[in-house]
Amino acid sequence: MEIFRIILLGFLLVCAISVSLSKKLLNSILIYMSYSLVVSIIWVLLESPDLAITEAAVGAGITSVLFFVTLKKIHAIVGTEKKEEGDKKDEQKDS
Amino acid sequence: MSRKIPEKEYEKTHSFKFKQWLDGTKDPYLDEVEMKPQKEFCENKEVLKKREEEDKEIFQRVYDVEHNAKIRFFNRAYTVFSVLFCISLVFLLLTAVSHLPKFGQGNNPVNNEVSQRYIEKGLQETGAVNIVTGMILDYRAFDTLGESHVLFIATCTVLILLRSDRKKGKNSIEDMENNDRIYEPKNDIILQTVARILVPPIIIFGIYVILGGHLGPGGGFSGGAVIGAGLILYLNAFGFAKTERFFTAKTYKWMSFGALACYALAKSYSFYTGANHIHSIIPMGTPGAILSSGLILVLNICVGIVVAGTMYTFYAMFRKGGY
Repeated sequence: MEIFRIILLGFLLVCAISVSLSKKLLNSILIYMSYSLVVSIIWVLLESPDLAITEAAVGAGITSVLFFVTLKKIHAIVGTEKKEEGDKKDEQKDS
Repeated sequence: MSRKIPEKEYEKTHSFKFKQWLDGTKDPYLDEVEMKPQKEFCENKEVLKKREEEDKEIFQRVYDVEHNAKIRFFNRAYTVFSVLFCISLVFLLLTAVSHLPKFGQGNNPVNNEVSQRYIEKGLQETGAVNIVTGMILDYRAFDTLGESHVLFIATCTVLILLRSDRKKGKNSIEDMENNDRIYEPKNDIILQTVARILVPPIIIFGIYVILGGHLGPGGGFSGGAVIGAGLILYLNAFGFAKTERFFTAKTYKWMSFGALACYALAKSYSFYTGANHIHSIIPMGTPGAILSSGLILVLNICVGIVVAGTMYTFYAMFRKGGY
């Protein structure tokens, strides 16, 4: 169990550093999501399942969804954005 | 044992190719893979010139660099002082941490009579099996009421900041293009199938977490967040037209108003009876049953409703600035 905990804590460190170092915003959000998941497992190990549920729902779920929406709004997700614009133009032509 | 192979055979082996690649004499991808040369980036020269001029002009006008010894001094002192400040802050925090009592020891100041009373008499006084819920919704319910209001105020702030004006939006074409709602739902089959399977269990799990808050791990906030996440998934799959049948701004307004008012009323009743030493008429029930622990179940449901609505509203506001 001790080894498992140490592995998780090491993973946390790696995640925290790579969030700030990764160049794409999308990647850093995904890493941040996995960070929250690992934190929720650590909460379970520390015997506070209340916090674990909240961390998994808010940290990994809603916060990152809000980040995604914001990224889409500021046109930071480049690859999909172009495709969607193309789709929109097609739809406009149809209508 | 090694044997020498003739030159022509050696040229066909992988090691020869690898050696060639290492030397740089032959590129293995050349003529094999379809390649396109990258387009050279060329910016419009006029625009570039204009921008450079503007930058220079602004910089000159604002700082007046040539005649300003102060700003040069400031730029140097700023770097030095920022480094010094960071180092001293790190030092200060580390010394403070080293003076803290050791984690998890019995004679720490945290382990005083307050937590002892919570542990010993918590079940008897609050009726909640889960001692954490008993604490946050009974002993410290006033704090939780404040937290619910903080969430509500946060939603109000997001509403003020992100809400788009509908009258303006209808006129301009650009706004129409930016509006996600027109192209909704996108009818992604994978997403819709997954949502159809996943959303009911998610929402039922959220309700379970809320209702079982006083019996096991969980409570209003976490359950509400789970329900909010389920609603967001449903919205993503099926679009705003479907969710508007049961959840609009009006619904949210009345839901959060009702939940917060119910919370405040229930809590002020228990404060009133507690302060005047009147026996509360709300039965405690047997610990471990769903209908037990007095007002905690009601308070949990109130908090859950507020949190679920808030999460959903956040998402709707971020998405398109309105319901």
